[in-house]
Amino acid sequence: MKIHEYQAKQLLARHQIPVPAGRMARDVDEALAAAEELGSGPWVVKAQIHAGGRGKGGGVRVTSTMEECEAAIRSILGMQLVTHQTGPEGQEVRTLLIEEGCDIAREIYCGMVIDRAREKPVLMASAEGGMDIEEVAAKRPEAIFFEEIDLDAGLSEEAARSVAQRLDFEGKTADQFVDIVCKLARAFVEEDCSLAEINPMVVTGSGDVIALDAKINFDDNADFRHPEHAQLRDLDEEDPRETRAAEWDLSYVGMEGTIGCMVNGAGLAMATMDIIKLHGGEPANFLDVGGTATAERVTEAFKIILEDPNVKAILVNIFGGIIRCDLIAEGIVQAARETNLQVPLVVRLEGNSVAEGHALLESSGVDVIAAADLADAARKAVAATEGVSR
Amino acid sequence: MSILVNSETRMLVQGFTGRNGTLHSEQMMEYGTNIVGGVTPGKGGTRHLDRPVFNDVASAREETRANASIIYVPARFAGAAVIEAAEAGIPFIVCITEGIPTLDMIRAKDAVRANGARLLGANCPGIITPGECKAGIMPGFIHRPGSVGVVSRSGTLTYEAVHQTTQIGLGQSTCIGIGGDPIIGTTFLDVLKLFNEDPATESIVMVGEIGGTAEEEAADYIASEVNKPVVGFIAGTTAPPGRRMGHAGAIVSGGKGTAKDKIAALERAGARVADSPAGIGSTLSELISAKN
Repeated sequence: MKIHEYQAKQLLARHQIPVPAGRMARDVDEALAAAEELGSGPWVVKAQIHAGGRGKGGGVRVTSTMEECEAAIRSILGMQLVTHQTGPEGQEVRTLLIEEGCDIAREIYCGMVIDRAREKPVLMASAEGGMDIEEVAAKRPEAIFFEEIDLDAGLSEEAARSVAQRLDFEGKTADQFVDIVCKLARAFVEEDCSLAEINPMVVTGSGDVIALDAKINFDDNADFRHPEHAQLRDLDEEDPRETRAAEWDLSYVGMEGTIGCMVNGAGLAMATMDIIKLHGGEPANFLDVGGTATAERVTEAFKIILEDPNVKAILVNIFGGIIRCDLIAEGIVQAARETNLQVPLVVRLEGNSVAEGHALLESSGVDVIAAADLADAARKAVAATEGVSR
Repeated sequence: MSILVNSETRMLVQGFTGRNGTLHSEQMMEYGTNIVGGVTPGKGGTRHLDRPVFNDVASAREETRANASIIYVPARFAGAAVIEAAEAGIPFIVCITEGIPTLDMIRAKDAVRANGARLLGANCPGIITPGECKAGIMPGFIHRPGSVGVVSRSGTLTYEAVHQTTQIGLGQSTCIGIGGDPIIGTTFLDVLKLFNEDPATESIVMVGEIGGTAEEEAADYIASEVNKPVVGFIAGTTAPPGRRMGHAGAIVSGGKGTAKDKIAALERAGARVADSPAGIGSTLSELISAKN
């Protein structure tokens, strides 16, 4: 789960990590009152959306007079902010963070992730503050310093100190940096984060270290340990179809194509999208219906797929392992009836009780294009989208 | 021969009396797996599916001389179940459970390492040596004893690959689903080493997907050590970057972990990569007849 910058900073503050004074606001009046409360400026007006690259997209502005601040608030709030992570349609800005300005002497990068190869959380730090770490990793991998984080002992002071040294920090700046990264490491483990990033972390003119930006993602699998995280969720930032799918335990990712897919298993679902493309079509979505494809869940899956106006055909690909294909077929028939399916439906069944499954589809009276195998299914689905309009 | 499980495997089931544990234990026993008992805290001393139930793994292992354990316990307790099995001296642990927190897996893997055990999974379909032992949730009937070693990060896509190797008449030595999570017990590299050394495995099918660099590491090993024919398939060519495709580990981040890179690495290593998930069996047939 992703959370907003202002929420991430509240979390950091709870873990005693210094952040700039700031207030969250949802409308112009609230934002002006927040600016007022923060004093005489300068102020930074920051769009709160989950995507990165907000500054480049015009979603962050530094202002020195109240007039400028108000103008920034009015222009950013409600704008359709386009960044490299939002897609061309952008994301509507519904929330702002108003912060006091900060005197920046130096910017560095500081982040924590799970390193798959080391099988540990790691601290990554780099002198290249404000840049995407991926970009630094690609161009100058030697400029990133790594230190492992132990789940029980945290980040050792020694390790933190050595990173401070490599970043050329001295005196109180080095002490504060060590203190911050050790606290961040503890927060990372305590809160079950999958990402905790302070980019940039800045050193002020007086040598103090402060988290100027913050990005935190949580491991969804650990939600049961953190009921308090649920209130941080912002459904406006999520694709409503994905949210609805998740309620039904369906895993859905919307895409740009015309062939809606319903598949059991994530790997097979990806492979199904790939084979559609290989046969000249474009998948409209990824959808893993999971191991228990009941009529109810298949119906819900069809409804979610059909909400996408670009969908011109549906391809169902089920490899029946433990579940029997005839039960799946029943579910498909019921779902097709209930959703009054108007687009061509291609069904490929394989595995447990496949003959019974095919027989059931055939005798159902529902218009189903049966496929012999995976390649046949993809060919037929692509052919079905040609010349179909909705 | 085969790898990791065979007719000598004495299997314990953790989460034996639960709904999933019961369903899959029945199916495993029907297939011929030697299940020697189960563990459900609080139900020790009773019997389930005509097998003894124990309160903990240590006493179960002592009584039954189990040499493997399979875990069906719910996600929030599954990490602890792996640790319990490792500390009780179970040498091979299969964890089927999906949705275990990453930090729990890190702790579990530390315990597995410290006790010299091997973990398969989590979030995986398990392992099967056709005709001998099925430890997992895969449909037994699609497998045939034979010569292809199958290893995959996926569930149903593994079945697809297995089904195709059965259709071309080769059958499988052992099939292993290593799981789709970012932190897993047994990697592609581990399995490839075992297949490479197993005389019954004459060729290898490796089904990978986007995310991480495990396929690339496996490719380095294939290039330097493997002389058996290897066919690969990588799922997720069409997956948009930055989006998680069902599996927690299936995500292309910062340009790393793309299908394109993985396919290129495997091809450089001398493996033949099927461009279609429907072409895994036929690609293997071609490769084998070209070598003969």
